Amino acid sequence: MTQKTPMRMQDKIILRVVSKALIPPILLFALYVQFHGDFGPGGGFQAGVIFAAGLVLFGVIFGLDAVQEVFPPIWVEILTAVGVLLYGGVGVVSIMLGGEFLNYDVLHLPGPMHGQHLGIFLVELGVGITVASAMTAIFYFFAGRATKR
Amino acid sequence: MSGLPIYWMAIVLMMVGLYTVIARDNLVKKIMGLNLFQVAVIMLYVSMGKVEEGTAPILDHGHLPEGFQHFSNPLPHVLMLTAIVVGVATTALGLALAVRIKEEYGTVEEDEIVLMDQALERGEG
Amino acid sequence: MEAPTPHEVEVVHRTLTDHLPILQVIIPLLAAPLCVLLRERALVRGMAIGVAWTCLAISVTLLQHVMEHGVISYAVGGWDAPFGIEYRIDLLNAYILVVVSAIAAVVFPFGRGGEGLALNPARVHLFYAALLLCLCGLLGMAATGDAFNIFVFLEISSLASYSLIALGRGRRALRAAYSYLVMGTIGGTFFLIGIGLLYQTTGTLNIVDLHDRLQPVIGSRTVVVAFAFLVVGLGIKLALFPLHQWLPNAYTHAPAKISAFLAATATKVGFYVLLRVLFTIFGATFVFTTLRLHNLLLPMSLAAMFVGSLAAIAQTDIKRLLAYSSIAQIGYMTLGVSMGNVDGLAGGIVHLFNHAMMKGGLFLVVACVVLRTGSAKIDDMAGLGRKMPLTMAAFVVGGLSLIGVPATVGFVSKWYLVKGALERGWEPVALLILLSSLLAVIYVWRVLEVIYFRERPEGAKEVGEVDATMLIPTWILIGAAVFFGLRAELTSQVALDTARMLLGTGL
Repeated sequence: MTQKTPMRMQDKIILRVVSKALIPPILLFALYVQFHGDFGPGGGFQAGVIFAAGLVLFGVIFGLDAVQEVFPPIWVEILTAVGVLLYGGVGVVSIMLGGEFLNYDVLHLPGPMHGQHLGIFLVELGVGITVASAMTAIFYFFAGRATKR
Repeated sequence: MSGLPIYWMAIVLMMVGLYTVIARDNLVKKIMGLNLFQVAVIMLYVSMGKVEEGTAPILDHGHLPEGFQHFSNPLPHVLMLTAIVVGVATTALGLALAVRIKEEYGTVEEDEIVLMDQALERGEG
Repeated sequence: MEAPTPHEVEVVHRTLTDHLPILQVIIPLLAAPLCVLLRERALVRGMAIGVAWTCLAISVTLLQHVMEHGVISYAVGGWDAPFGIEYRIDLLNAYILVVVSAIAAVVFPFGRGGEGLALNPARVHLFYAALLLCLCGLLGMAATGDAFNIFVFLEISSLASYSLIALGRGRRALRAAYSYLVMGTIGGTFFLIGIGLLYQTTGTLNIVDLHDRLQPVIGSRTVVVAFAFLVVGLGIKLALFPLHQWLPNAYTHAPAKISAFLAATATKVGFYVLLRVLFTIFGATFVFTTLRLHNLLLPMSLAAMFVGSLAAIAQTDIKRLLAYSSIAQIGYMTLGVSMGNVDGLAGGIVHLFNHAMMKGGLFLVVACVVLRTGSAKIDDMAGLGRKMPLTMAAFVVGGLSLIGVPATVGFVSKWYLVKGALERGWEPVALLILLSSLLAVIYVWRVLEVIYFRERPEGAKEVGEVDATMLIPTWILIGAAVFFGLRAELTSQVALDTARMLLGTGL
């Protein structure tokens, strides 16, 4: 670089424009992978990672402060826990309804097929929330250390 | 016989990883070696799931997709999804420890850290 | 669109008792994220203690149930074995679950929480979350009957314990945690390779089903290689000599309370999984007749006993001394396994329980000392016998039990080990067991000499007795070491039954 003060990434027009164009599709794609996971390839873990990748890209280009304004660290911590609780909660509900832990059959609204559907949907949602926030938390930890020095 | 080359690749990758873990002093490189080691195992598992002439195990309106007689085994893939999560967690924790070690010792080279600890022990003794 | 496989919903009314095998694992699993949400230190601490005691109650109920009615099988998600994940509680699991949850129930309330941690007080709730995850992993490994599930819980407990060890004061805790992470991950991955090869050969992951399906192909190279990977991987986890290098550093630099918890549980559960692999998956005949594993396990166990004890004698740090002593004690357990007869194996199994009690108790004593004097150097314990009489008395009893003095639990396990060795016709081994006990006399005496017969140096920090929150847990464990030494039939009966079960049918 020729400038005396190093250029921030967000000042580079190509990076800014391309990332702005890419981030919304990345997040949308994450949601697609999440909610289409019970019909085709996909699922909570993959969706969570893709969603976090979108956030990480945003953070890399526009800085840690900008991304933490969108997704504050306290919410990252809370959502990590909420996802696990959602997952476990489905299991606990299925126990309360008389089935085994995570037996989705008993969650039936009209029948066991729907129970299976709802069960895996909620469990994958829990996984997705946890993975997305955990990945973001990991990014925050390392990025936060780097800017301190 | 078709399975053989991939096993060899898995073994080579595994050994590269293990060698890196053992031979490198840099704590970050060790984590990279560990990662390679785990990826090799993931490759081994995923290759197990392949059934010759099998297709992706997704029902097409309740039927096998046309032109296929059977599915590949999806179970190893599912298992590896968990192993990948474990790998991610291990890598993150390992790197986090490396960052903390860097903050405390000022270096991530293991030989230097060992020297510093030994100097400290001699000072105490 | 037609449904692929429509299945009926069975309306079976299950009582809460039927769910105990899984509740054991999911209560700590769900309590961990609750810790993160609650944040309030006192609340979180109370919850962790409550969870540990609930788990203890569940595991005791399970043990009673198994002793009366036999094996409990629980199909997670309603998918029956061998296709779904089965939680299978037999005598051995139930016994391990009681040991782990009892240690947790005693160690969690120790102290007022957060002492001796290199952690911002505002983040102590995360410490409890990690502690509960570690408990969840250990209980899960013991409860599940699915080989891959064992790997998952193994990694949950390991990852939690790496981060707990890193919370020790001083930068060497970080290094200890790092090397444990590297070693532990290699061990875990070896275990994973072993399971993969077995799955490839048999197409199943259920350990009982694995046993049946392995029989036709048991001598094949893949199976033998799988066996080697599993045993070496677990050897790292349970710190079997010569794979023990991570253990002394990890236990020395971890917070003292964590050392007590891990020393009493983590290696024990590793030992349990080894028993499962050897006897339930592969079967005693293959292990001892075909592979002749005792030819390898016996020298390694003896080496562990002597190297561990000799290294313990040379230590200047009390935590490191106890850690090396742990390696020697693990040697006793694997020695029992290598004998391959009921008495020897029962000796190993009963020693698992006994060692958990006494080593847990001794590490808690050390935790008291470290909190009072701020040092774990043996020399800094000079004259503590008069300053902290109750704590130090606990150390005396625990130390006697390590040696194996009659009326303590240490004697019970050595009795069975010697009996097993004589039965096997290994008289020299029986002699070596006694000899290594003499080494234990030396390292315990070294500490006692400093505690009781040396004056507290001039100008040393003024110390007093610790409060009840620390004394009561310590004395519960040490008291248990005496109680079960006097009422040896309580534990040894279970151990003998378990050993017969493992050697007999292999199930």
